[in-house]
Amino acid sequence: MSSYIPNTDSDRARMLKSVGLDSVPELFEVIPAEKRYPVLELPPPLSEMEVKRLLRGLAERNADLDHHPCFVGAGSYRHFVPSVVDHIVSRGEFYTAYTPYQPEVSQGTLTAIYEFQTMICALTGMDVANASMYDGATALAEAGLMACRSTRRHKLIVASTAHPNHRRVLRTYTQGMGIEVEDIGRAEDGDVNLSHARQLLDDGTAAIMVQHPNFLGCLEDLAPLSELAHAVGALLVVSVDPIALGLFKAPGDLGADIVVGEGQSLGSPPSYGGPYLGFFACREKYLRQLPGRLVGMTTDSEGRRGFVLTLQPREQHIRREKATSNICSNEALVALAAAVYLAVMGKQGLRHVAELCYHKAHYAVEEIASLSGYEKLLGRFFKEFVIRTPVPPAEVHQRLWERGIIGGYELGKDYPELAGCLLFCVTEMNSREEMDLLVETLKSIGEEK
Amino acid sequence: MTEPLLFELTSPGRVGCRLPAVDVPEAALPGDLLREDLPLPELSEREVVQHFTRLSQLNFSVDTGFYPLGSCTMKYNPKMHEDVARYPGFTQIHPRQDESTVQGALQLMCELQGYLGEITGLPAVSLQPVAGAHGELTGMLIIRAYHLERGDEDRNTVLVPDSAHGTNPATAAMCGYRVVTVPSDRRGNIDAQELDRLMDESVAGLMLTNPNTLGLFEEHILEVAEIVHGAGGLIYCDGANMNALLGISKPGELGTDVLHLNLHKTFSTPHGGGGPGGGATAVTEELGPFLPLPVVARRETKEAGAGRLEYYLDYDRPSSIGPVSGFFGNFGVMVKAYAYLRSLGESGLREVSEDAVLNANYVLHRLKEYYDLPYDRFCLHECVFSGTVQAKLGVHTIDIAKRLIDLGFHPPTVYFPLIVDEALMIEPTETESVETLDAFVAAMRQIAREAEEEPQVVRSAPESTPVGRLDEVAAAREPNLRWMG
Repeated sequence: MSSYIPNTDSDRARMLKSVGLDSVPELFEVIPAEKRYPVLELPPPLSEMEVKRLLRGLAERNADLDHHPCFVGAGSYRHFVPSVVDHIVSRGEFYTAYTPYQPEVSQGTLTAIYEFQTMICALTGMDVANASMYDGATALAEAGLMACRSTRRHKLIVASTAHPNHRRVLRTYTQGMGIEVEDIGRAEDGDVNLSHARQLLDDGTAAIMVQHPNFLGCLEDLAPLSELAHAVGALLVVSVDPIALGLFKAPGDLGADIVVGEGQSLGSPPSYGGPYLGFFACREKYLRQLPGRLVGMTTDSEGRRGFVLTLQPREQHIRREKATSNICSNEALVALAAAVYLAVMGKQGLRHVAELCYHKAHYAVEEIASLSGYEKLLGRFFKEFVIRTPVPPAEVHQRLWERGIIGGYELGKDYPELAGCLLFCVTEMNSREEMDLLVETLKSIGEEK
Repeated sequence: MTEPLLFELTSPGRVGCRLPAVDVPEAALPGDLLREDLPLPELSEREVVQHFTRLSQLNFSVDTGFYPLGSCTMKYNPKMHEDVARYPGFTQIHPRQDESTVQGALQLMCELQGYLGEITGLPAVSLQPVAGAHGELTGMLIIRAYHLERGDEDRNTVLVPDSAHGTNPATAAMCGYRVVTVPSDRRGNIDAQELDRLMDESVAGLMLTNPNTLGLFEEHILEVAEIVHGAGGLIYCDGANMNALLGISKPGELGTDVLHLNLHKTFSTPHGGGGPGGGATAVTEELGPFLPLPVVARRETKEAGAGRLEYYLDYDRPSSIGPVSGFFGNFGVMVKAYAYLRSLGESGLREVSEDAVLNANYVLHRLKEYYDLPYDRFCLHECVFSGTVQAKLGVHTIDIAKRLIDLGFHPPTVYFPLIVDEALMIEPTETESVETLDAFVAAMRQIAREAEEEPQVVRSAPESTPVGRLDEVAAAREPNLRWMG
């Protein structure tokens, strides 16, 4: 008998009697007899001790980043997570609650979401932020759908420098909606190609969508994109790295209308790709088209301040097929982690993290580019950069791994013109010793060629 | 008692986390791109911990009490899940690592796909969707892709019962479909005659919840499947209520073509205050090629004479609808679902559903003399009452819900499903003892009595909470969605 179920056979007998039945299977007689009580071919049940041993074994078959220097990012980042974060999200009062439908007994979750919304607005320079989306990719996709609703237009033009997977998810999300998605080419310096954007843009375009810093690590110039978009009545959608916003101007101050991004960097580990956190913010005039949950401040009859889910008529449980999205559960606990992270890092800490990333990445790129056969491509960047390697990237990658280093994302899969290149990432987690080991290893790989 | 906000607690110069000094030469920062101000709070670590701990204490949760929120399966969440999901070999792995360095993770995912396929009778599984509604979107895009690949391009309609979750019609609309509502019959089933009338070559499929949102098993499920399939449509089953059917019946054997599971509900991974969830989507063998990219697969290693299995990410799937999220889904949630399935096995899962259903029927039978029961049948995992008797006395379902809070319980789901006036949807789950159910029944009976004798007590609830009923109208009229000082 499972330890998670308190009922004993005598409890069951008593309950069955109350219900007026003799046996439990009688409760299921409504199911067609030949489809009832099938065999499930599953492994036999295990005790807690055995399950832990089994899972530890599986975990140990993975090479983890605590034991291997990591220089890959490409949409998932290893940043320092203070102990505070996990201690708070491990509180049963938070993680065993659900969506705060009953505000009187959910002020903890509601207040934390309100704080999260406030801090996302502070980072992005937007007026409103929702309670979260699934991840950065789906946040971008929902931003595309929202831009189409807001402008009543059906074309999105998307920087090819935006995350390739995020662009694919955008295409998945739009495939049934009669929305045209076109890619804007890349300029020599790694930024989006402005003249190509100008060519693609017309008065049927709902939005220009761009990532900053982009997938190749480069800092995009948002102001001219904003001018281009707004000149034809289109919106500017920007996907951002929230850590970069500790240092760089808020997209809201550069003309963005919707700002989204992957929030995993804010207090969550890489976790093989999830759970992650989509954040989603916009200007107030687009509020009614915003997808997802929103928390607002209000008062009770005695004038005490409290928080509630609000503007729910945008949402599926009220508006059904006319809702702004089908999203229901989001990533509340990951948003809580982000709120705790931002609170504990604070004004000084987040800037410090961003500066560490910036300085270390620039140190690493200088060292690597000084090696014979290695070349730094593209322009100004934050924490990721593109290196052309003297031997094929796959080989470099493999040789690095032989030294225990997880390094570099092969760009050729997504950008054929960068087939000879690796995308490296450096964060505050990479010590100078690790970077020097990377450089030394790259040097020996180049020399053995 | 209310807790001040971070922005009211802030004090210039305070730091919550000290970071190491820069250990490399500093590079020139691009002055033209830098921000001037970063308006985040400034707090010490101690203040942050105190603030969020106090906030946590303002929440009702499964760990603190009975939480019979219908359709949400608020069962106990095993503590072991939290520990195993935090093994560094699971949290500290990067989604861009070589497959050879994450074989443990891929094996776990591949086996979990297999277990979910076995439980549902739908053998092709994607773990990529991260929530129930995300699984719905995935499933409906698969149905769309299936019809298109067959050249069946004129199916522009999806049928949705009037008892459905709001996510169902919203999902169909996101896939570009027109939504047509199918009514329920007098016994709470989908109206098979109406379905037959509405079903034609313009219909891509039916989105069905079974057991439905009344907690009732569709009595004509095989006939429904025949009608839909007969006209070339497919059946999407919303698996939100799968906690009733583990080892009891396989949806795939009842005519379902596509189904999503809510890992956070049925497999207790847990709910997290509204996510992260898991929306694993299971389909028939025939629909397998349309699953999101990539799918985790296994093959024999190429090494000579090895005969060992290796796990890999299969991207070679030309009919796929494409990826639905950034990487492979909520891996951390999958670890917990896997631990749950390995703990319970076949016998444990069957016991889950048997006890969930017994508990719900026990509550149903002990309350039906006190509250109107619009569909008087044995239920499965949840029971739906109507507060109409009390409403005539001036006590509405919202009042009953708030009064339950004062008596120590989380309210059931209220005002849903929409086809029941003043609905109270109670899902006890299998992890509650008969003593807890008795206490809840006693509270509900007390409220029924109070509605007759002293309705003001019910209408003025809750009295025990840090805030009373909040003004939601004001919140929506003049939205205050962030702190502006």
